[in-house]
Amino acid sequence: MVLVEAIILSVLAASTPLLLAATGELVTERAGVLNLGVEGMMIVGAACGFGGAWLSGSIVVGALCGIIAGMLMSLIFAFMTLGLAVNQVATGLALTIFGIGLSGLIGARFVGERINTAPHLSVPGLSDIPLVGRILFGEDAFVYLSLALIVAVWWFLYRTRAGLVLRACGDNHISAHALGYPVLRIRMLAVLFGGACAGLAGAYLPLAYTPFFIPGMTAGRGWIALALVVFASWRPGRLVIGAYLFGAVTILQLHAQGAGVGIPSQFMSALPYLATVIVLVLLSRARTGGSTAPAALGTVFVPDR
Amino acid sequence: MQLVLEKRAERSRTIALVSPLIAIGLTLVTMSVLFALLGKNPITALGVYFIAPLTDGYSLQEIAVKATPLVMIAIGLSLCYLANAWNIGAEGQFLIGAVAGSWIAVKTQGTEAGHWVLPAMLLAGAAAGALYALIPALCRVKFGASEILTSLMLVYVADLLLDYLVRGPWRDPAGFNFPTTAEFDPVATVPLLIEGGRLHLGSIIALIVVICAFVLLDRTIKGFEIRVVGVAPRAARFGGFNANQLVLVTFAISGALAGLAGIIEVAGPIGHLQPGISPGYGFTAIIVAFLGRLNPVGILIAGLFLALTFIGGEQAQITMKIPLDVTKVFQGILLFYVLACDSLILYRFKLVFAARQVQSGAG
Repeated sequence: MVLVEAIILSVLAASTPLLLAATGELVTERAGVLNLGVEGMMIVGAACGFGGAWLSGSIVVGALCGIIAGMLMSLIFAFMTLGLAVNQVATGLALTIFGIGLSGLIGARFVGERINTAPHLSVPGLSDIPLVGRILFGEDAFVYLSLALIVAVWWFLYRTRAGLVLRACGDNHISAHALGYPVLRIRMLAVLFGGACAGLAGAYLPLAYTPFFIPGMTAGRGWIALALVVFASWRPGRLVIGAYLFGAVTILQLHAQGAGVGIPSQFMSALPYLATVIVLVLLSRARTGGSTAPAALGTVFVPDR
Repeated sequence: MQLVLEKRAERSRTIALVSPLIAIGLTLVTMSVLFALLGKNPITALGVYFIAPLTDGYSLQEIAVKATPLVMIAIGLSLCYLANAWNIGAEGQFLIGAVAGSWIAVKTQGTEAGHWVLPAMLLAGAAAGALYALIPALCRVKFGASEILTSLMLVYVADLLLDYLVRGPWRDPAGFNFPTTAEFDPVATVPLLIEGGRLHLGSIIALIVVICAFVLLDRTIKGFEIRVVGVAPRAARFGGFNANQLVLVTFAISGALAGLAGIIEVAGPIGHLQPGISPGYGFTAIIVAFLGRLNPVGILIAGLFLALTFIGGEQAQITMKIPLDVTKVFQGILLFYVLACDSLILYRFKLVFAARQVQSGAG
């Protein structure tokens, strides 16, 4: 029983950065922008988040630093793809390459330092309920924040006028423009939101998941978050399921390694990546009757005057 | 104040030629600022980075050695990108090529195997790279799965496979438990061009690849198809070109070239298989491809230039204590500027002031 609880708790923790980053990317892509730089924004968020927390001694300051760093990174992307109409795929790759280098530069002086990770919540009475208590009330605040965020995004996208306009920009920017909506401005806000989420997701790693920063610690999570958005067919509800499924795969392979299953550890470590490929194939195959992706996803829009 | 893009009536040929130079210029300015922020003299730092390696023979050879994998991979990637197929997993194909070729080297170690070993290794590397690249290509063509994500995921898988092999079955028993295979036999090693130097046969192979790519793109129907599918997919459909087949072909070629580059790197400058055989060649090659404007000759020049940054970066780390990550930052910034300047080929950039907009609205 204790083991089951421990596994569920670690799955929650492992899924949270994926869920956060994928939530941001979902909004960005719903506005019609494909930002492949999630990995780059995340790793810079991790470096700045850890730096902020280490210098100030506060997890909240660290998280804010991560968010701001992610937004600044996404601002570069927005300027390039929205301002200068540059190919989004190539710019996203550039953002990732740049981010990996930049995070190494920023994080170099923090390597080897440790901080106290974000405290786990403790609600008197509730956190002590057997089995569900610690899961529902005893994780770190980011876990619940990420869930609140995806609910808020769902409500925004499907229950508000602004959300409808954002989706319209993603499905047909020419019509949205003709109706008088500022397509580029809406897209920029969506990209910035994506950057903030990716930055926070990256900051989560050294602030709550491990107490230290190491270069390259995102280890492809940004790319998995991108795959999750496809997995979720661009829908918030499915995104939660997908994120926890991938978190579970990550944790299960770790436990299997720990239990000394007779399979080399490298093969177990490769599981989340292989799972991503297999899931992408199965999902793309299962989809009949056209794609569920936003129709204008990844296309350049230059308003004519 | 607002930045507005105005579409040019036709592509600007002048800017197409000078845009990489503008991009490099802007990058150097940005780098100077970065060096100053790091507390280093920008002029000295740029000198160490870009001038010093050009002044001695050893470094010049080293640039050619580093440019060899970059150019080979980038040529393959340029074919993919021209055909609008996004292979970003060249790093994985490079590693798999190195693994497959090394398999022959490891199995023939210490035997009487003759001079067929090296050619067999190169073939195995290219074949394995091509097959590995065909996985994401088939996933896209058959199932519509994004080749961007699948090809990238396979990089991590290849990295872990290599790690397993050199720590497990292929580890050198006399290697003090280091994760590496034994040094390859002489018949399994890429020969040097100059005795005692660094330059090896791989650089010649890279030059041949550049020439072949030039002929393919400029003189054959297949090359024409590749370019049309990328620029005008609808026209290509009407022309009866099979876009799916081109995705497979370009992925296979680029995988083969990346795999070949991988085994050449291992059997040449490194001499054995170990983790960390690539300082990100597969990703840097993406920059090389774009900086070279997806053109074989351009890629050759761009590859030499980026190889220079690797060498310069190493020297700057040793002599000026500038962190090695500066090189990656530099490469990222360079790609940003290259892409931004390319936008100038299609558009004019105009700054519009709010006041003028109101006036023209009233008038």
